[in-house]
Amino acid sequence: MKTQQQIDRTARDLDPEVHDSNFMGAKLKSERRYATLHRDYDDPDKLRETAGLIKQHTLEHLDTYLAQAEASFQRNGATVHFAVDDDAVNAKVLSIMNENNAKSVVKSKSMLTEETHMLKYLEENGKEVVETDLGEFILQIDNDHPSHIVTPIVHKNRRGIAKSFEREGLGDYNDDPETITRRARKHLRQKYIDADVGLTGGNFVSAESGRVVLVTNEGNARFCMAANKIHIAVIGIEKLVPTDRDLGLFLNLIGRSGTGQQLTVYNQFIAGPKSKDQPHGPEQTHIIFVDNRRTEVLASDCREILRCIRCGACLNVCPIYRQSGGHAYRSVYPGPVGAVLSPLLAGNRFPELADLPKASSLCGACNEVCPVNIPIPDLLLRLRDKAKREGAKVAMKGTPNLAMWATLCSQPTMWKTALSMGHTMNYIPTELVPHPSAKSWQGARKLPKFQGGEFRKWFKNRK
Amino acid sequence: MSSDREKIFSAIRAALDPLPTRTEKPEWEESLVVCKPSGQFDSLKAQFADKLAFASGRFYDSVEPLAEFLKAEQSTFGYCDPALAHLLDGVEGITFDTEYDESKINEYSFGITKGSAGIAESGTIMLKDGDTSARLGALAPWIHIAVIDEADIVPHIPAAIERFGDDPSIIFATGPSKTADVEGILIEGVHGPGIQVALVLS
Repeated sequence: MKTQQQIDRTARDLDPEVHDSNFMGAKLKSERRYATLHRDYDDPDKLRETAGLIKQHTLEHLDTYLAQAEASFQRNGATVHFAVDDDAVNAKVLSIMNENNAKSVVKSKSMLTEETHMLKYLEENGKEVVETDLGEFILQIDNDHPSHIVTPIVHKNRRGIAKSFEREGLGDYNDDPETITRRARKHLRQKYIDADVGLTGGNFVSAESGRVVLVTNEGNARFCMAANKIHIAVIGIEKLVPTDRDLGLFLNLIGRSGTGQQLTVYNQFIAGPKSKDQPHGPEQTHIIFVDNRRTEVLASDCREILRCIRCGACLNVCPIYRQSGGHAYRSVYPGPVGAVLSPLLAGNRFPELADLPKASSLCGACNEVCPVNIPIPDLLLRLRDKAKREGAKVAMKGTPNLAMWATLCSQPTMWKTALSMGHTMNYIPTELVPHPSAKSWQGARKLPKFQGGEFRKWFKNRK
Repeated sequence: MSSDREKIFSAIRAALDPLPTRTEKPEWEESLVVCKPSGQFDSLKAQFADKLAFASGRFYDSVEPLAEFLKAEQSTFGYCDPALAHLLDGVEGITFDTEYDESKINEYSFGITKGSAGIAESGTIMLKDGDTSARLGALAPWIHIAVIDEADIVPHIPAAIERFGDDPSIIFATGPSKTADVEGILIEGVHGPGIQVALVLS
């Protein structure tokens, strides 16, 4: 069948090795997640629903909680900044570095800095930036970008990584994953020590106490703020939760939903600079709260997507993501969450990504696994409607014209007549109907025998 | 021209003003986030030991077997919190610094620091900056040993969070540093410790 949607073409043309890496990487994590959540709780859905309501409550009172978080961080000795868009946040980080004569940065994974292309910006302004998450480090040396929220190099296999390490002078070709990891450990260790700034994102922020919560398995975020003197956390305004107590709920969910662990190995709670009598840790903590169109999403009828805690569960379970991989989504956030979030964050570039909400079978699996219970299929439908209303051409490609069907469905008299005449369909060779919509549909499906049309007659004679 | 702060707050209020109603914060009981018990344990210490092993950590409740383990691992030079140095006094074949020297980051094969609490439900070690003599001492060596008072073992995460106080930096560490970035294959010891140990003393 002719594929016209961009994501379909990408999936069709995907290198079989990359397809297999994506498929297996996603499938394994999904199964582990199911097992862990159901092993540990009698009613895991209650947990998901409560977490979703807390996030929704926070979003709908965001002005209050953001002001509270600002005051809490200031009380802790941290400096709070606000950045309205990508240019503002990049410029803010550069200005903090320049004010402190800082030349180098070690960075722990942050999707938001991917949104703002911060790494490239800082390098163009003469700074050395080193990604420290193993996957992100490999992407950096390959000049590539993430294809998954939690496992950014799910699309790569060990042979390609070994070749990259050899090319970068990190030892002779060796594709043993343990050797690859040890070589990265040795290489990055000195980078942590030499860097001036540790740059991180933030998984959650407690408004009550002013704590950034960072969740990593490798411990790289901890290293990023052990040896150097300045910590900069770049955080989307949607990451707030009301209290420290609420964190217990989210930390239990994010590990299980992300990787099937009870808890991620390192959960860090950072309130501000180190205590005066401690030898290690930053002397300055800068929190940059970033909008970058999140307030536009908040104003839209898709604001529920801002609950997302970036666990990647919806990616792993999605049949479309498994077949196409993250790069097919042409944006920072792939998979079902990306199909909603990316077109919204694109602002007036929405028409360029308006096809992404169509990259879904609407099977509902993403909603079922979401730890904050985001109704992703509903949001996808809302965005399909938006694309249609705005006449976004990329969303219409390959879509047959269903105007006749729409007329039939919206006229009760015509609909009833059609149903009563439905039996004639059994005698018409429908595969020969010249209408493009019928041809498109029947290219891959067989019309079942029509058996209806009698209900209304039967119901009319009922007492 | 308004600042970024004002622009963001103004945009948030404009986005929220049209909402006819707003979601209430749900009340939730502590039991919602407490795991089903995974076995019968006669003490929090026993549960902590079991769950730590499940998270690929190691548990000791006396110094002698720990010292034997370090020697067996050929981990005989490291860093130790000065307040805990007495634990290894007189142990033959093991030497350590009590002041962390960054130039020896690749020489320290173990680091001994105080653990502020242990979480029995998950085998998690809690490190508060105020109790930690050196962040790098708990992170950079291949083996990290957290010394925890048995009375500081708490049942679950909410109980650990209640102990946060005003500490500027707190860590939950559950097992060794790990990654599965390369083909989903689990490798321990990425940037932090490859072996995470809890020494629980009464």
